This record gives sequence, structure tokens and C-alpha cells, in this order.
Amino acid sequence: MTITTQPSEAVATRAHASVRWSRDDMARRVARDIAEGMVVNLGIGLPTLVANHLPPGREVMMQSENGVIGFGPAPAPGEEDYDLINAGKQPVTLRPGGAFFHHADSFAMMRGGHIDVCVLGAFQVSGAGDLANWHTGAPDAIPAVGGAMDLATGARRTWVMMEHTTKAGEPKIVESCTYPLTGLACVSRIYTDLAVLDVIPEGLRVIDRCEGLTMAALQAVTGTALRD
Amino acid sequence: MIDKIVPTPALALADVQEGATVMIGGFGTAGIPNELIDALIERGVGELTIINNNAGNGDHGIGALLAAGRVRKVVCSFPRQVDSWHFDRLYREGRVELELVPQGTLAERIRAAGAGIGGFFTPTGYGTELAQGKETRLLDGRWQVFETPLHADVALIKAERGDRWGNLTYRMTARNFGPIMAMAARVTVASVHEVVELGALDPETVVTPGLFVQRVVPVARQRTQSGGIKA
Repeated sequence: MTITTQPSEAVATRAHASVRWSRDDMARRVARDIAEGMVVNLGIGLPTLVANHLPPGREVMMQSENGVIGFGPAPAPGEEDYDLINAGKQPVTLRPGGAFFHHADSFAMMRGGHIDVCVLGAFQVSGAGDLANWHTGAPDAIPAVGGAMDLATGARRTWVMMEHTTKAGEPKIVESCTYPLTGLACVSRIYTDLAVLDVIPEGLRVIDRCEGLTMAALQAVTGTALRD
Repeated sequence: MIDKIVPTPALALADVQEGATVMIGGFGTAGIPNELIDALIERGVGELTIINNNAGNGDHGIGALLAAGRVRKVVCSFPRQVDSWHFDRLYREGRVELELVPQGTLAERIRAAGAGIGGFFTPTGYGTELAQGKETRLLDGRWQVFETPLHADVALIKAERGDRWGNLTYRMTARNFGPIMAMAARVTVASVHEVVELGALDPETVVTPGLFVQRVVPVARQRTQSGGIKA
């Protein structure tokens, strides 16, 4: 199969190449903050890329809501075992030391504060760390929540990984969320394609930003006040 | 002699009644008791309440049960998927009720039913739409939401090995909801890929002790086209 880039996507990438991190850059940046020995749960979508960027020698225990800890990369084609999947329902492999458990134990791991970090995607995050990532609230949308609320509320640290703005350029980091909430004041750090932000009692503090991107430019695409 | 082995799915489900609440195990491709769901469709009873993580995929399994018009209500955490078209249509037409539950709360409500717990407080969902109308309390410095147990008339689960006492082992992530659903239902029917002699299962590795299981049905394992093992 040939992978092609849509023309519009190519143009957009060129236009922002100097002031925007790629998805892999973002994943690499998150991976840098995951320490040896941590128990980590990666959400579906963008966060799953983080696993590809953990340095080979760093031992991290990857947990998945469907009852596995210590899983590894996708199996070779033809080696898939559909009894061994991750939360995204993709076949994975088990590393030595890995273990299986039932759903109530899996969510006890989350709710009980035994997961060091979860990395989730989001529609919106507020300056107070409120998270909206499960439902657009559109009248015709069928709501689906999965494990998002349990993870966001239960993990010791909830990190969000998302584009800084919507495709239309609207801020996704806002004063207060307009989409239905997943959890209140649960996000501790936000990784976007423009910056890394910590949620602190006073609001959001910029701890890292793209080279060449000024604070003023970052503030202009953010819906709540930022601190340097 | 205690003998819970039932030769066919149809015999194992012969007494499921109209209007029953049925728990069905499975998450993604793993742990779905397909043969038991087929037998439930064959059984022909309707007005069912289905408790599962999802609301059916494609035209088989729970999707087929919905398509056949047998389901009154679905209790699940994640109904909307690329191939949940039968649920999507019935929901939009107002023909099936949805009780949406965060996945961990779903699991714990099932566990609570099996463990004889009358309800519990959880921080999950506090301040969200899914906690609306529910009692809340500030406990250990966190606001928490009261949730009630989920019982069922029947649980349909998929295990790996079983014996005539109903002891079960599972295989990898196919375990998922099986052990807790087995505890929460009045009658638990487990499909297994292998029936073994009593005493053949290592007692240290039995995951579901037999008292939680009423019927054990042998079914053949299927292989996928790619050669991998199908759930």
C-alpha cells in the first residue's frame, strides 16, 4: 500500500513547519516525561504514538483498560491473536512480566490511584484543568464514554495530548469548556503541537513552546490567560 | 454428581424468558460468546435488557440481536462505533433505550451486584452529565457519586477451559467482564473451548470458581483468515 499525503495537508504542513510540532514530535515530547518504572495508560488515537518514542532501555508498565498490563508493540502480520488486544481493539503482544486481570480490577487500578500517568486526547481543556473529551453534545450525536471518565478522574496524573486549535483555528484551551465535561480539574499537563502547559492553581503556565513561537502568538490562539 | 456441562448453546439457553436482563461478556474481538448470542437470537425472546461494554458490531452477535428487534434497552459504556449501525438506527428512531455508564462504573456496578453490595460512591463522573440526578457526597476530600448494583437474570460469557463443577480459566484479554458477570447473574452460561476432567485445572489458576457458573457449553475455537487466533 502506498501512503499518500492529501494536497491540503501538505500545504498546511509547509505553512506551519517552522512553528508547529509534528505528531511524532509531540509523542517524543510526552515520552521524555515518562520516567522509568511508571505505570502508564495511553488513550486511543494520538496518545498511542507515545509508545513508539520511549527509549529502548526505559522500563515502563503499559496498562490497558481491557485487562492487560505490560503489553508491547503490534505483532508481525499473520501473528495476530485476537484474544490479546488493547483498548483500541488492535492486536498487541505481551512483554515478559505482563499480566491479565478482569475489568473490575482494571478500573480499580485507575480509580484506586495505581496508574501513574494517563495520556488522553481532548476536545477542550479549561484553564482550571477541566476536561471535555467524550461527547460533542450535538443533538444527533450518540454519546459514548468508555473509560474516559474513570481514567481522567482516577489516574494520579492526567495529561492531555491534542492539537492546540481545532481545524477551523478555534482554541481548544478555553476559559471554561463548552462541550460536556469528562471530569473537573483533573488535567495536570497539556501537550499540544505548539506548547507544553502545566495546570497550576493560578491557571496555565507555559513550560515549553515551539522554537520561534512568541508568547504573544501562543496567547493569541489560546482561550485563557497563560503565564510564562 | 454435579455436572454443569450442557452439550449445546440452545439447550443452555432454553429457559431464557421474554423481558430478561442479559449480561454479555466481551470487549472488542476478545471474549465475545458468539455461539451463545446466536442461541439467544434463535431462542426468539424479546424485550431484553442487554448489559455489555458496547452495543453491537456489524450484522452479527449483539448487532444481529438488535436488528431482530429483541432489545428494549442497552446498558453500556461505548455504543457508538464505526459498525454499530443497528444500534445507531434503533436509537435514533427511539426504539431502544440507552443507559450510558462510564466503563469502570459499569464494571464496579456489576461487581457490586455479585458481591452483595447495595451501592457505592465513586469520584468517576462527578460534575458531568452522567451524574445528573444522582446523590453526591464529599468523602475523603473528593466529591463522589452514588451508583447502584447491576443484576442480571442471565450472563453469557466466554471462557477458555471449564470443568463439570463450572470452574473456569480464561485466555488473555478475553477475560474482561467474564468473572464479574458470572458473579452478578442468577444463571451464568459460560462457553469454553475445552472441557476438562474435574481436578485437571490447577486450583491456583482457577479464575472463576464453579459456584458462580451454572452451565458450561463446549464450543470450537475459530481461526481468522490471517491465521491468527480468533476470539
